[in-house]
Amino acid sequence: MTLRRALAIVVLALLTGAFIWAFRAAPRWRSTRAVAAPSPTAPAPPGRKIKARLFYVSESGTKLTGIERDVAYAENAAEQAREIVAAQVGAVAEPLVSAVPAGTTLRALFITEKGEAFVDLSRDVAAAHPGGTANELLTVYTIVNAVTANLPAVTAVQLLVDGKEVDTLAGHVDLRRPLARNLTYVQ
Amino acid sequence: MNVRSLPFLSGLFPLALAITLLSQTPPGPSLTLLSKDGRRPLPIIMVTDQEFVALDDLAAAFQLAVHEESFGAVTVSYKGKTIVLTPDQTLASVSGRLISLPAPPARSGRQWLVPLEFVSRALAPIYDMRLDLRKASHLLVVGDVRVPRVTVRYDPLGAAGRLTIDATPRATSTVSQEGEHITVKFDADALDITNPPLPPQGGQSLVQAVRVVDATTLGIDLGPKFAGFKAAAQPVDTTTRLVIDVVAQQTETTPAPAPAPDLPGAPAPAELPPAFNPPAFSIRTITVDPGHGGDDEGVKGAAGAKEKDLTLSVARRMKAAIEGRLGIRVLLTRDDDRNVPIDERTAIANNNKADLFISVHLNGSMRRSASGAAVYCAAFDEAADAAAASGGAERLPTFGGGLRDIELVPWDLAQTRHIDQSTAFAAILEQHLRGHIPLAETPVDRAPLRVLESPNMPAVLVELGYLTNAEQEKLITGDTFQNAFVQAIYDAVVHFRDTLGAAGGTP
Repeated sequence: MTLRRALAIVVLALLTGAFIWAFRAAPRWRSTRAVAAPSPTAPAPPGRKIKARLFYVSESGTKLTGIERDVAYAENAAEQAREIVAAQVGAVAEPLVSAVPAGTTLRALFITEKGEAFVDLSRDVAAAHPGGTANELLTVYTIVNAVTANLPAVTAVQLLVDGKEVDTLAGHVDLRRPLARNLTYVQ
Repeated sequence: MNVRSLPFLSGLFPLALAITLLSQTPPGPSLTLLSKDGRRPLPIIMVTDQEFVALDDLAAAFQLAVHEESFGAVTVSYKGKTIVLTPDQTLASVSGRLISLPAPPARSGRQWLVPLEFVSRALAPIYDMRLDLRKASHLLVVGDVRVPRVTVRYDPLGAAGRLTIDATPRATSTVSQEGEHITVKFDADALDITNPPLPPQGGQSLVQAVRVVDATTLGIDLGPKFAGFKAAAQPVDTTTRLVIDVVAQQTETTPAPAPAPDLPGAPAPAELPPAFNPPAFSIRTITVDPGHGGDDEGVKGAAGAKEKDLTLSVARRMKAAIEGRLGIRVLLTRDDDRNVPIDERTAIANNNKADLFISVHLNGSMRRSASGAAVYCAAFDEAADAAAASGGAERLPTFGGGLRDIELVPWDLAQTRHIDQSTAFAAILEQHLRGHIPLAETPVDRAPLRVLESPNMPAVLVELGYLTNAEQEKLITGDTFQNAFVQAIYDAVVHFRDTLGAAGGTP
């Protein structure tokens, strides 16, 4: 009787584990594979670079300017997107000026089957944001355009802050849904 | 000041009988001055598509003193108050305050011409009596005269039809039938109405036409199949809406889908749409939204100016100017230093059925060079547009019985229905800001801004300029800039209202 009960508990635990795996882990694995390069496990050759178009604030201060920069090569789209966003939010020296507040880091990034990228940034992107509609538009579209302009498989980007969905960064731009590429802010 | 002290009233038109309709004005464009005691046409002169009137004509009508100064300016004085006009300048000074005109004063021979808007923008603020310029109908109402603007619409509906007659501001009326005509007599001094109010509708129509009978009476010509009517009036905001349902005789040849009552006063057929829709045109309420507040300070300038303080200060000035000079109710989404959630801001506009939503902000940039004002409208992606279009009316039971068509609009997509009007207002606002305050390199733009998605009315967000630019910060915190900005908003609201009135549309 006790043995049977113990067996039942073990079977139940296994089933629960499988259930959680199926509903939480599997979709992410599937979605990553949907847009990933054929061999996601193959390590990239060390030092290999790609040319990516990154975005910085124009001289006038009201637009973005596209600049080609070297970014580490990655074997699949999600990894490549991480490299691009990490380079985009990284510190830059004059004359370049970034629309992303200093100190912002990339926490996570994943891409869904629909080609929508979710970019999770550290809280500095909102907490250290100096505000202003134009400024906030440039911050948001720096990230949206950096991902969509370099990875054609990604059609839209939703920004998350500290792992959570947010309404806005500083009270203006609606971030409750993914935003498509918008090059009208680019000179 | 007594109305009778006006020279044209005492000399040329001594009797109240002189009150007639616009339709009876002499041929050629003219501005009709209408007061308690009479009316007088002033010739309108067209100069490069703008309507002008002679300053001398206005001077004679309103007892103004006009002087041409040695330094080129023209001063117009009335009871110690002065308007200063400068040739080739659209800016004029009215008792020391700057106002803008759509065109500079023009010279024609020996006389000076001023755009029609001179009356509403320059003369009205210093004149003793109310001056109500109705540009679309070329009417200038002087003093306390009841001249409701009347619009007539006819909707044929199978064997029935509905006439909707709106009078704004409210005016009661008496409806009576005399043979083949129904007359509607308004309790007013005159009517502001186009002539004919309803052109001939064709031989078989139940209502053939609506005519102007006299200064305050309309005549409705009825068709041969007319059998009866039912009239009901109801106030809707500042409008009195008179609905006259007419029904046809029930004959074998009438392809009537619904049984037609055979007695006057019979109830209207059930398929008629609800009678009390929003009234046609006019702006009654504007919601002004001072951005940020409380712990959300917005952009901070190098010299210490805070966006949240400036937006509140400018919004209060807008309220004072628009309410004081236009009589339009202005609601602020906050009137103190507190943080109001974005949805609450738009709810204030929607719940009060505002006709226009203006959010006021100050801009910032990572580069100190950025400068200039910009006007934003909402931007939606294709999926949102499709979702909004898929909504529609649903027939729902109402309290007290019966059914009513209720239009369902998703909160976050309410603006999709008004985006054309919002864009039109943004263009008008840019036009009035240009030349008065510095504009950004893209002065009108569309962006997915959270506060512009839910207003169920035309809505814009205005950025006054860049606080991150030290020169701009100094400029924007000054009275001169703020007054010029508020004047541009005021002019844009008047312009937008005139546009809506001329188009006969709703905001």
